[in-house]
Amino acid sequence: MNAILSLIAVIALILIALLGVKTANLHSLFGIAVPYAAMAIFLIGVISRVLKWGRSPVPFCIPTTCGQQKSLPWIKQSKLDNPSTTSGVIGRMLLEVLLFRSLFSNTAFELRNGPKVAYGSTRWLWLGGLAFHWSFLVVLIRHLRLFTEPVPACLSSLEVLDGFLQIGAPGLLLSGVVLLLAVTYLFLRRVLIPEVRYISLAADYFPLFLILSIALSGIIMRYFTKVDIVGVKALTLGLVSFNAVIPEGISVVFYIHLFLVSALLAYIPFSKIMHLGGVLLSPTRNMPNNSRMERHINPWNYPVHVHTYEEYENDFREKMKSAGIPVEKE
Amino acid sequence: MYKGRKIITGLILFVGLAAIPFFYNSGKTSVKPEPNIDTPAIQQLAEKQCVEPREFMKANHMQLLNDWRDSAVRDGSRIYVNSQGKQFTISLQNTCMHCHSNKAEFCDKCHTYANVKPYCWNCHIAPKENKT
Amino acid sequence: MSKTPKPDELSKVDYTPPKTGWMDTPAEFKQGMWCYGSKPKNLETLEFPNPRQWSPADEDWKLPENWQEILLNGLKERLDKYRSFKVFMDICVRCGACADKCHFFIGSGDPKNMPVLRAELLRSVYRGNFTTAGKILGKLAGARKLTYSVLKEWWYYFFQCTECRRCSVFCPYGIDTAEITMMARELLNLLGLNTDWISGPAANCYMKGNHLGLEPHTIVGNLEYMLDDIETITGIKIKPSFNRKGAEILFVTPSGDLFADPGTYTAMGYLMLFHELGLDYTWSTYASEGGNFGFFTSNELAKRLNSKIYAEAKRLGVKWILGGECGHMWRVLNQYMDMWNGPADFLLVPKSPVTGTVFENAKSTKMVHIAEFTADLIKHGKLKLDPKRNDHLKVTFHDSCNTARGMGIFEEPRYIIKNVCNHFYEMDEHTIREKTFCCGSGSGLNAGENMELRMRGGLPRANAVKDVVEKYGVNMLANICAIDRAALPAILDYWVPGTGCTGVHELVANALVMKGEKERTTNLRGEPLNGMEGQE
Repeated sequence: MNAILSLIAVIALILIALLGVKTANLHSLFGIAVPYAAMAIFLIGVISRVLKWGRSPVPFCIPTTCGQQKSLPWIKQSKLDNPSTTSGVIGRMLLEVLLFRSLFSNTAFELRNGPKVAYGSTRWLWLGGLAFHWSFLVVLIRHLRLFTEPVPACLSSLEVLDGFLQIGAPGLLLSGVVLLLAVTYLFLRRVLIPEVRYISLAADYFPLFLILSIALSGIIMRYFTKVDIVGVKALTLGLVSFNAVIPEGISVVFYIHLFLVSALLAYIPFSKIMHLGGVLLSPTRNMPNNSRMERHINPWNYPVHVHTYEEYENDFREKMKSAGIPVEKE
Repeated sequence: MYKGRKIITGLILFVGLAAIPFFYNSGKTSVKPEPNIDTPAIQQLAEKQCVEPREFMKANHMQLLNDWRDSAVRDGSRIYVNSQGKQFTISLQNTCMHCHSNKAEFCDKCHTYANVKPYCWNCHIAPKENKT
Repeated sequence: MSKTPKPDELSKVDYTPPKTGWMDTPAEFKQGMWCYGSKPKNLETLEFPNPRQWSPADEDWKLPENWQEILLNGLKERLDKYRSFKVFMDICVRCGACADKCHFFIGSGDPKNMPVLRAELLRSVYRGNFTTAGKILGKLAGARKLTYSVLKEWWYYFFQCTECRRCSVFCPYGIDTAEITMMARELLNLLGLNTDWISGPAANCYMKGNHLGLEPHTIVGNLEYMLDDIETITGIKIKPSFNRKGAEILFVTPSGDLFADPGTYTAMGYLMLFHELGLDYTWSTYASEGGNFGFFTSNELAKRLNSKIYAEAKRLGVKWILGGECGHMWRVLNQYMDMWNGPADFLLVPKSPVTGTVFENAKSTKMVHIAEFTADLIKHGKLKLDPKRNDHLKVTFHDSCNTARGMGIFEEPRYIIKNVCNHFYEMDEHTIREKTFCCGSGSGLNAGENMELRMRGGLPRANAVKDVVEKYGVNMLANICAIDRAALPAILDYWVPGTGCTGVHELVANALVMKGEKERTTNLRGEPLNGMEGQE
């Protein structure tokens, strides 16, 4: 149900762009106004969301320690999984953000007769997630060729690398294929694994369908219906040099693609996709386990009502004396 | 414990990354390139048409060249029959470049603009005018 | 109280989620899965709101009129106080990596025991009230209203989480359900909705200094029983001191070890070790609790209970503090105490008077874990040990959740065990160290009336023990946590009968060759030693 609703939402977006450009001829709206608005929402939205998080303090030092602490000099500390220094934390965060280290250690269990609970490593989610994020990044960087003139040499090398199989013309780019496969995998596991299906919200399917449609429309443009890429670049370059133009003859598929990308950009600040910023602010990962060595400060630490020793002794003075426990007041 | 400075630095970095294309192109005006078909060979043509119609060539020339390569090199067939039934010799250097002898003005202009790197010239010898 | 089903019945777990979506499936209060509600007198002692006689099974929980307003204001306040909470409300992608990591999910199959869904119970209300998308799109955005039924669901499931943080290890963003459960419990406490197994010990601790409510003379009395036993076994008479000013070290340990087997054997272990070293230390009857049931209630109460440790150290003028074997006590000491009640600038950086080792890792809190202290002693050859005395034991080690994932003390206890026992075997690698399974009774859930919940939650731990029992003949589960020592015997009896449970320092004391001791014929439990049978 959640999946179907999300699919309908994405189809609606596609229809809006299709009708808007094809029937209503609103090229400027979909080619200029919407992308600018989306970019603005994206930037302002992300910044304000991060600032909103930042306004709440981190009162306690609560890293999840996943290895040996730093204690006696002859005991080997696990410097990445239980860092006690900033460089350790940076190492831990880099491995987490770039290689998804926590997901790499994922396990699956099985309850057998006996009862016997058996565990094993499972890395499919890790692999799928890694493939998805990295191919998405490569696709994104590749698109910079449409936003730079002259195109920097490094972008050309990336594209050559991405198309190293030299299949067909225009040459097949691996990142696109991997992205498509990875999104499909992420979608399938969401509907096929009962537990994951049970926890999935519409907000989980929507970005998947959105990204799938973006990838598909891009692939259709590049390999099948073709698009006037020179015209497209004139438009995109116009956007980033604040000199927007609408060249003639760009296929509607491009406008659909652009509209879906705009929708994604504008959606990010309000959605779970903010995990890209949130992971960096996660106190269980980005803090060193040094709270016995160095004092952290809780900015809102306030005095509390305590039961003092004096009150305690008043309650029990006679009993303490008879048990031979020293007291302050005889 | 706010780590405000780190957060602000991170956000500036984020905005900086997002703004790269804007900075990169600021003050530059680029002109949408048009391939030049003004060559002596084309001037002499009575009917100025390529092996297929212009619109088809614009969208699909890479596919066609790819097919030509396969046909000539792998199948040994060097005859191409176009959509109007006309025959052409399959040859990049003798057919395509015969007319489009201006590689820099015809091919490279758009390819460079769109950052496309066809590997035609890995095997074929590029026309002289391109060599500086 | 319903009878707990038999193990073969309980271990038939159905993991198929219900046909209805989780928002449309209200919590069903199953007997044996929840604890009794907090009694009014305990809430009054703690100065908590809404003290009244109530039962979670009642239709009407006798809440104030404006209970929704109280909760939503409380939620807002906590979002502004804790970045962890705010970020964790926003960034979960529901990838499901945590789903099967919770011992309660493995043991019960209830989808709301998947960490992700437990968090969603609260997140849905957050979205419905504090996010634009949630307010406009409602259920589509995973948002819902805070209804009576939602409140009951919160109570039921946030007291089915032991705050063990195992899910947080596997989460790609480190989302920690313990943080969310802690917030949810704080909110519930705004309405007087605690369990009495938590508010009772907390009230005891507040007034009497320890969870069990042992009054000063009882503490002395209990220790004297132990001292008599020690004298019988070793021939050595030990005289510890209480509330002594000018001692070098204040020793703080969970009160559970002063009260019931097998924790008392661990306490005897401390007494014997300190005596043998001639340590200049004192017990305190005021700060007679290392554990902190306030931590399972609210941040503020945790701070109020914890304050006694530094206050007593200051009053007695000790140099530093040594802490006994306990799980959540050490999470609190490591990650909270200094921020609540520090700076401990009236204490000195801890230095072992026996080896001269300076504990640099505790230079701010000035509090050393006994396993660190003892490991250092053994490394320096300061203890005469006869591990053969533990030869009848085949030992495995259970990492307690809090010391594992809130501190990372893995090698110290293992080093000690390997020096005092000849037979040590590790459990399945997926069930130890940072991946260790909770005993299933942590965070104040070790009551009697929720036995089915505890047995279900204890299944993964017990099952890994069973595996080494079958493989290597393991007969003793060592640990460094008082709740483990209180909770695991029942769980082991249920799932792996015949397996014992011990603190590490009981093993140390049994192997410890003391100056002037008589030949030992029994261990601390009064069981004859190998080759000594029939000599009593």
